[in-house]
Amino acid sequence: MSQFARVAWIVMQKDLTVELRSREIISTTVFFALSCVLVFAFALVRDGRTVVDAAAGILWIAIAFSGTLALGRTFERERYTDTLRALMLAPADRPAIYVGKLLGVVAMLAATEILLVPLVALLFQAGLLERPLWLAALLATGTIGFAAVGTLFAAMLVRARTRDVLLPVLLYPITIPVIIGGVRGTAALVAETPDVAMAQFWVALLFLFDVVFVVLSLWTFEPLMTE
Amino acid sequence: MRRLYPVGLAVAAAMFAAAPLLIDRAPTESTMGLVQKIFYFHVPAAMTMFLSTFVSGIASGVFLFRGKQAADRVALAAAELTVVFGAMVLVTGPVWARKAWGVWWQWDARLTSSLLLWMIFVAYLLVRRYGGPGSEKLSAAVSLFGMANVPFVYVSVNVWRTLHPKTSVVPTLSPGMRGTFWFCVAAFLLLYALMMAARLRLGKQQAEVEQLYLELDERGDLPSRAS
Repeated sequence: MSQFARVAWIVMQKDLTVELRSREIISTTVFFALSCVLVFAFALVRDGRTVVDAAAGILWIAIAFSGTLALGRTFERERYTDTLRALMLAPADRPAIYVGKLLGVVAMLAATEILLVPLVALLFQAGLLERPLWLAALLATGTIGFAAVGTLFAAMLVRARTRDVLLPVLLYPITIPVIIGGVRGTAALVAETPDVAMAQFWVALLFLFDVVFVVLSLWTFEPLMTE
Repeated sequence: MRRLYPVGLAVAAAMFAAAPLLIDRAPTESTMGLVQKIFYFHVPAAMTMFLSTFVSGIASGVFLFRGKQAADRVALAAAELTVVFGAMVLVTGPVWARKAWGVWWQWDARLTSSLLLWMIFVAYLLVRRYGGPGSEKLSAAVSLFGMANVPFVYVSVNVWRTLHPKTSVVPTLSPGMRGTFWFCVAAFLLLYALMMAARLRLGKQQAEVEQLYLELDERGDLPSRAS
């Protein structure tokens, strides 16, 4: 294994080990996602039936909201124990540290989604699981895109006093293509006449988004994290 | 530069004074009638806004990788002007839409992407204002990511929906309209250049004052600050 991959792997392992011991982020995030679903159900369910496409929208909003929470908490932990500085001082490639943090966030979001998708499918009678591979592709590309931008901004915001409010303020406008792609792609999959070509288009666009923003993040992480 | 400034200002003032006359004399569009006249302000403002986002994004990139303070000042000035011209676009647009479409706002591709772009630059200014120490790097990333995001926002919102008149409207203008239109574009660009120059000068002076203050502080000559 190359040095880069090894550092990324160790950073991710560290994050997941800390998380597995406390289970703080995963349990609060999942519960928060559930609360989101509930709040949106009150807004969008009329006479016991959901508005068309509501399930897709609720799923992605819950992912975006709980993702923000998970990102904030992950870096809050680093800030509280002042370990981000230690990570930055470690004789390792900065981009590798970024990739490690990104993988950790993606893993936590994936765990949340595994619980969230069946829940939304069940509560809103949506056929989310009828085309599992396409949905998985949408979720994977969407989550990576969201987390790629989110990890970079959350890492930078560790130093800012107003990080709690600035993270969503910065993250949502920039990740709007992810939300549109995720929602429209999922809606195309669960529509009465499923439109796989449409979902395919969104997966491709999200993939392109991932490539551009992961590259841009790797490229800017070093100058951005240098004080 | 300083001598050129009053001349430029006078020309811009004359151009903006003449614009209403020219707009009045331009042929009235057959289907939309009088409402179409807002086009002469709306489109040049939008063009200036887009120009400004690219100025800010590129200057942010230069700042991030070369560490030049001057580039940061350009990025900040351009971000502020993006918000100013964006506000013009977002006010004149709905005024026209109310008459042409019967509603103030439509979730159309161009409207949504302009709003999002504007929001990214408002976020830039929020970071700048409340981000605390190191916020200039963070905001540079916002600007750079915002610029990279433009094509994604555009494509995704475009597939989502489109109502707005196409950009192909401009080359097909009738001769009477075309002259007036380009006159207005020139007036807006001149105004942009002037505001940019004024803002940059202010930024430079602020930096100088800061430098002087630091020098005085180092020498211990600083009079005790009144609290």
